[in-house]
Amino acid sequence: MDEKIKVSGGTGLSSKDISSGKIFMTEDSLDCAYAWDTGVAINRYLSELKKARIIGTKCRKCKRVMLPPRLFCELCFIPSNEWVYLQDSGVVNTFSICYVHWDASRIGEGEKPHLPAVIEIDGASQGMGIMHLLGEVEPKHIKTGMKVQAVWKPESEREGSITDIKYFKPL
Amino acid sequence: MRKVAMVGAGMTRFVRRALETPKELSYEAAKIALDSSGLSLDDLDCVAHGTAPDAFDGIHQNGEYMVDGSGGWNKPTMRVYVGGGTGVHAIVHGWHHVASGLFDTCLVVCEEKMSSAMPHAQGFFLTIFDSITERALEPNLLWIFALEMNRYMERYGYTKEDMALAAVNNKTNGLNHPASQFSDQVTVDDVINSEMLAYPVSRLDVSPVSDGAAAVLLAAEPVARRLTDKPVWIEGVGWSLDTAYWATRDLSYPRYLDQAARMAYEMAGIREPAKQIDIAEPYDPFDYKALHHMEGLQLSPRGRTVELLRDGHFAKDGNLPMCPSGGLLGVGNPISAAGTMKVCELFWQLRGEADQRQVPGNPRLGVAQAWGDLMQVSSVVVAGI
Amino acid sequence: MSKRVAIVGIGYSGFRSTSGDLSYREMIFEAATKCYKDAGGIHPQSIDSFVASSEDFMEGISIADEYVPDQLGAVLKPVQSIGGDSLQGLASALMQIKTGQHDVVAASAFSKVSNLSHYEHVVAYATDPAYIRPLHENPYFIAGLEMNRYLYETGTTREQCAQVVVKNKYNALNNPHAVYGARISIEDITGAAPLSEPLGVFDVSGHIDGSIVLILASEDKARELTDHPIWIKGIGWATDTPNLDSRTDGLGRAIYAELAGQKAYQMAGISAPFNEIDFAEIDDTFSYKELQHIEALKLCGPGEAGELLALGSFNPGGDFPVNVSGGSLGAGCLHEANGLQRVLETVLQLRGEAGTRQLAGVETGLAFAWRGIPTATGSAIILSSRL
Repeated sequence: MDEKIKVSGGTGLSSKDISSGKIFMTEDSLDCAYAWDTGVAINRYLSELKKARIIGTKCRKCKRVMLPPRLFCELCFIPSNEWVYLQDSGVVNTFSICYVHWDASRIGEGEKPHLPAVIEIDGASQGMGIMHLLGEVEPKHIKTGMKVQAVWKPESEREGSITDIKYFKPL
Repeated sequence: MRKVAMVGAGMTRFVRRALETPKELSYEAAKIALDSSGLSLDDLDCVAHGTAPDAFDGIHQNGEYMVDGSGGWNKPTMRVYVGGGTGVHAIVHGWHHVASGLFDTCLVVCEEKMSSAMPHAQGFFLTIFDSITERALEPNLLWIFALEMNRYMERYGYTKEDMALAAVNNKTNGLNHPASQFSDQVTVDDVINSEMLAYPVSRLDVSPVSDGAAAVLLAAEPVARRLTDKPVWIEGVGWSLDTAYWATRDLSYPRYLDQAARMAYEMAGIREPAKQIDIAEPYDPFDYKALHHMEGLQLSPRGRTVELLRDGHFAKDGNLPMCPSGGLLGVGNPISAAGTMKVCELFWQLRGEADQRQVPGNPRLGVAQAWGDLMQVSSVVVAGI
Repeated sequence: MSKRVAIVGIGYSGFRSTSGDLSYREMIFEAATKCYKDAGGIHPQSIDSFVASSEDFMEGISIADEYVPDQLGAVLKPVQSIGGDSLQGLASALMQIKTGQHDVVAASAFSKVSNLSHYEHVVAYATDPAYIRPLHENPYFIAGLEMNRYLYETGTTREQCAQVVVKNKYNALNNPHAVYGARISIEDITGAAPLSEPLGVFDVSGHIDGSIVLILASEDKARELTDHPIWIKGIGWATDTPNLDSRTDGLGRAIYAELAGQKAYQMAGISAPFNEIDFAEIDDTFSYKELQHIEALKLCGPGEAGELLALGSFNPGGDFPVNVSGGSLGAGCLHEANGLQRVLETVLQLRGEAGTRQLAGVETGLAFAWRGIPTATGSAIILSSRL
């Protein structure tokens, strides 16, 4: 073989190659369903969200107040079963203004962009954030360091999910 | 420690949608790596696979599926994965096989066929998020990178233009790569004015979805010296994984890479990486990541990376060329194959065989790195001639 | 070959058909805590590296490696996942120590298969998408094909396969961690509903949840951390073709097991395994697999396993006890965690900690794991209490 050959294969196809029937395709849609056990810590987290409360756990050794709550401190590696209620407010650590949906399709005309953010929750140790969404705010007004407050779904609609918080709005 | 060298490398072209099946892509890359070294398949001891999430290929146990394409039939084969970091980590994994003394030769093959995922591979990234506490928010992969990029830019006051400079650097280098899926010169304005996907990420800040495969043959010292007079030695390997609770981390600095790089440099006996290393292939699925990673690799002081980039320090003819291959931004991003492509580049550059991409000055020492999982892992390979 | 390596810590939790009270993170934390205590109370920050083994589709999580570090105490440590059986993961841990870069490495694996609604769907996704999957057959047909070919080539009988189930389910009654123990007759099995003939419903092992964490250490470290190191004498793994239609010799013969065993024996310096090894934990995901694997591992000649089984050779009181734990048929199948479970059981026996199922005077054991249908990958390990 010629020593110079370093690249071979990787034959590009166009959409036309497929639509015109030049290339055969086989299609299958994945049909997997899961019911994940939430366990002790996240079960409590979700039940508290249903009551419009945010709860974390505290490590008795390093004193970190952790969110999402966990049954163990991953750094000290000991159980952490002291529950601590946190505020439902926090500070924007970082944010984005996202014009595509989860499946990469673009948001439609008149649709508002998604506003994901990392929010450091008040009462948790410094830097302890969760990913959530911002709302009731013009994208251009969002700033890192901005104080925000959870906007909860009405009690009847809450189901024990992170989406029981609709979004966080500026305080 | 047993000395291990790279003695062969090969890859496919990176394309948006490949005619070849994942097995066939694996075969193309594996075949060149073997043939270029002169080792026959019969004399190959084992195969180490890398491929990122099965969901892209829609194939469960994808490592098994690749076996006959990658030369692993009736041999020991083992697949490793650390998400996006897999392509470089597979070299570390292959190094384990040979440096342990269990094997004398190991073919590392990484493959990704992302075009099989319909309508778009992006959709499958939903399943990388925490199944209970995050997925319900319908996150997009772009979110987390946008969140990290924003954090990085704000920390040092960097602008979108600053980040675009990295994209232009890499994409320009990539124009000379025969496997590249791009052919057009891109300017800073092109990047800044490309479609805004998730502020601050625009379309050209991001590497494309691709199909492709890459392979590297590793051999223990005596075999390596028999096969080639230019073995490229694996001088150091390192890897580190940070917490899965990614939103609790300081996103402005890659601590995991700091750890991984120090581990690799310690093994390689490198005390001053920024001075000693001649070429760097930091992982660049997004332009900001190339810069972020140069800092984590200890190749650039935190917060001064853009300044060095502007001064030409990281250009092809600069003091420390960054992504001479073109990187993921300039060649393409078939996830695990892209990481291995970076190691292939070290192999060719250090042997002086990188053709038009060859950096001047006979580089002796290079570093390649890849990054993945939930923005939390890095694997580093230091290679020297 | 350089360093000698031992297993110095074991920990496990679960081993039941459902585990709704704990998340996978919590279940692994429990196993890791026990394991670290067992390994001289080591703190995870003193462990050099961690290897998990998993497959994404089993967990419903893409890049499951993301969620490995916290529950092992491995934050900001070298961590990687092997997409394979956990015995392959253990092999990776072993290689890492033998390179000289690390001294102490943890290997972990778990099963939360109870969270998965249709296991068969996931297995089907492991078959070729272009020409096997469109047949829309239940993937157990592959086991049916293999079993039939194995019976044809070796003259082994349907009843002898059923005898494996009888033995393993009976052994499981002595294992407090086994959930599928039973007194059952050959007729119960051969008379049960067929799944994919000749395979019947009782020839298939039931699934369980559980997690296992082991610690491996180099010789010096091993002696520091424990008084009862169990030495890894040999290891091997191999893969036959994934193409079912190319696996012509492999359907009846389990070539992957022959190759894996050969490599492990060679490394351990074993030439007559039946005489030099005292007992084995061998994959029995399906009844016929135990017999096929026993033959492939050269513990007897082709077609002899069924007869030896009938003679009682593989019973706990026999010449070469196989699956005293109950195996997958009696204790349950943990999928990619099977390999570590078999190693765990072998270590317990070698340490003399196997309770009422303890074998007398055992010094060297063999564990063998297979990745299940449709794969042709197996891994073998030789463990010994004697250096």
